[in-house]
Amino acid sequence: MKFVENQMKKIGGLFAKGKPLEKFFPFFEAIDTFLLTPGTRTKKAPFVRDAVDLKRVMVSVIIALIPCILMGFYNTGYQIQTAKGLEYSFWGCFGLGLAKVLPIILVSYAAGGFWEALFAVVRKHEINEGFLVTGILYALILPPTIPLWQVAVGISFGVVIGKEIFGGTGMNVLNPALTARAFVFFAYPAQMSGDAVWAAVDGFSRATPLAVVATAQKGTSAIAALTDAGYTFKDMFLGFIPGSIGETSALACLLGLGFLLIAGVASWRVVAGCAVGLTAMSLVFFAFRGENSMAFFNLPPYWHMVMGGFAFGSIFMATDPVSSSATETGKWIYGILIGMLVVLIRMVNPAYPEGVMLAILFMNVFAPLIDHFIVQQNIKRRRARATAK
Amino acid sequence: MAQAILTKQERKQIKEGMWDKNPITFQVLGICSSLAVTTQLKTALVMCAALTFVVAMSNVVISLLRNMIPSKIRIIIQLSVISSLVIVADQFLRAYMYDVSKQLSVFVGLIITNCIVMGRAEAYAMANPPRQSFIDGLGNGLGYSAVLILVAIGREILGSGTLLGYPVVPRFMYDHGYVNCGIMVLAPGAFFLLGMIIWIQRALSGYTEQH
Repeated sequence: MKFVENQMKKIGGLFAKGKPLEKFFPFFEAIDTFLLTPGTRTKKAPFVRDAVDLKRVMVSVIIALIPCILMGFYNTGYQIQTAKGLEYSFWGCFGLGLAKVLPIILVSYAAGGFWEALFAVVRKHEINEGFLVTGILYALILPPTIPLWQVAVGISFGVVIGKEIFGGTGMNVLNPALTARAFVFFAYPAQMSGDAVWAAVDGFSRATPLAVVATAQKGTSAIAALTDAGYTFKDMFLGFIPGSIGETSALACLLGLGFLLIAGVASWRVVAGCAVGLTAMSLVFFAFRGENSMAFFNLPPYWHMVMGGFAFGSIFMATDPVSSSATETGKWIYGILIGMLVVLIRMVNPAYPEGVMLAILFMNVFAPLIDHFIVQQNIKRRRARATAK
Repeated sequence: MAQAILTKQERKQIKEGMWDKNPITFQVLGICSSLAVTTQLKTALVMCAALTFVVAMSNVVISLLRNMIPSKIRIIIQLSVISSLVIVADQFLRAYMYDVSKQLSVFVGLIITNCIVMGRAEAYAMANPPRQSFIDGLGNGLGYSAVLILVAIGREILGSGTLLGYPVVPRFMYDHGYVNCGIMVLAPGAFFLLGMIIWIQRALSGYTEQH
């Protein structure tokens, strides 16, 4: 460590003010603080601060994502195997998936990192590690068949329009990774939705569980339709189903959630709120089901939770500290509304089989408003108490 | 040397309309039509011509009448002048460019409600002589047109791969997996491009909103 420190000091001299590489200081800073605790002292109050700075927070999210990433590699290969009707070994599946997914992750990091670095140099601030998370989250919510140039276009949009325009990390209204995905979703619908994009085999198509239920005959049992299509609850929970790269496995997401909660990074209120909202809304639909209502009406809430991107979205996307509500009560409201919107979009809007992305983005927009009312309420309550008698 | 058509002052006025006080990027007016008619360059061009005609001519007419208009009912008089001119433009398009006028549908008629036209009449033509008012209207119309044309070029190339109806994205790009960007055909695409144009224009001209 001493060696690293000395070397970084030596190199750092080149980036100081007035030195030839001054312009590229953000790059040096990024690597320096990644390797070592920053040596700067706090100049303004509060002086006592948590040693866990933004960089460590972001790295802990990456660690929490590891189960999802590994499952993403394996499942991408597993889906190819199922599609081709072949029998690969465990490592065969893993390797196949790795070959498909790794380029997507690399392109996402390279293209997004380019914009991040460009803005850091022009605006003379440090490169923000928030992008480490955005880059991987975005890659994990894409279908494995997406063309790489679309990956680059999407992440460029997400970083520039979703984040930098508002002033960079901490100022963004929307979750940048979801903004990027939403852009690709509306710009290139043929590569982002439908039945043919979820397994990386040409000409193969298989409806995702959500599509199966959405198109099931009216008045029939949703679970029966899923079973007929070859989806069991266990498979869906473990993640052996077609879907976006990293979001198929609810189990992997739960492992990530556990780590995030232990590390104190994600807010349990948001995740719990999402689950409560989803349960409540699907029970409402269940209560109003009729003879001839959609199959979705009789789908129990716990099936909803393992379908599509709900687990991944509510654990890794909705909890984004920047774009979610900041007040404690606000987090509950924000989460519950996300859960309710997910079910609403899934069931009521036939154009979109999955609603997690749109629900979270929509509530991102409303999060500041929710906070505003919570704060006003608090002010009112305290004023009433102060002026009483 | 022949006398220049425009004096220095007048050239400055045109430049103001097109750059420093551009009605779209600076005043953020006329957004509705710049979203609606910019999926193709052709419709955008026709729309620009129609609006520039209306704003320049209405400025002239209102400026001529400015000393006779009672201030209490000036808005109604401005509106009737503007709507007469819009009807002229609309009828002209129907007579000579029927297809384009079909595509523009209500948006020619909606020039009446375009804030740029009313804004210039109220803010400039009511207080200035006809020649300056004409130049002012022309400058603002051209400023609006410049932004509209930029947005339309961007949307048509990215969204349909054509320009004025001619394919500009080469065949081999499609063969190698290039796909037109569907969002550019939808209204949000115009918002994104418009926002970026405003961003770039304001960054270059150094204008910031007062808080």
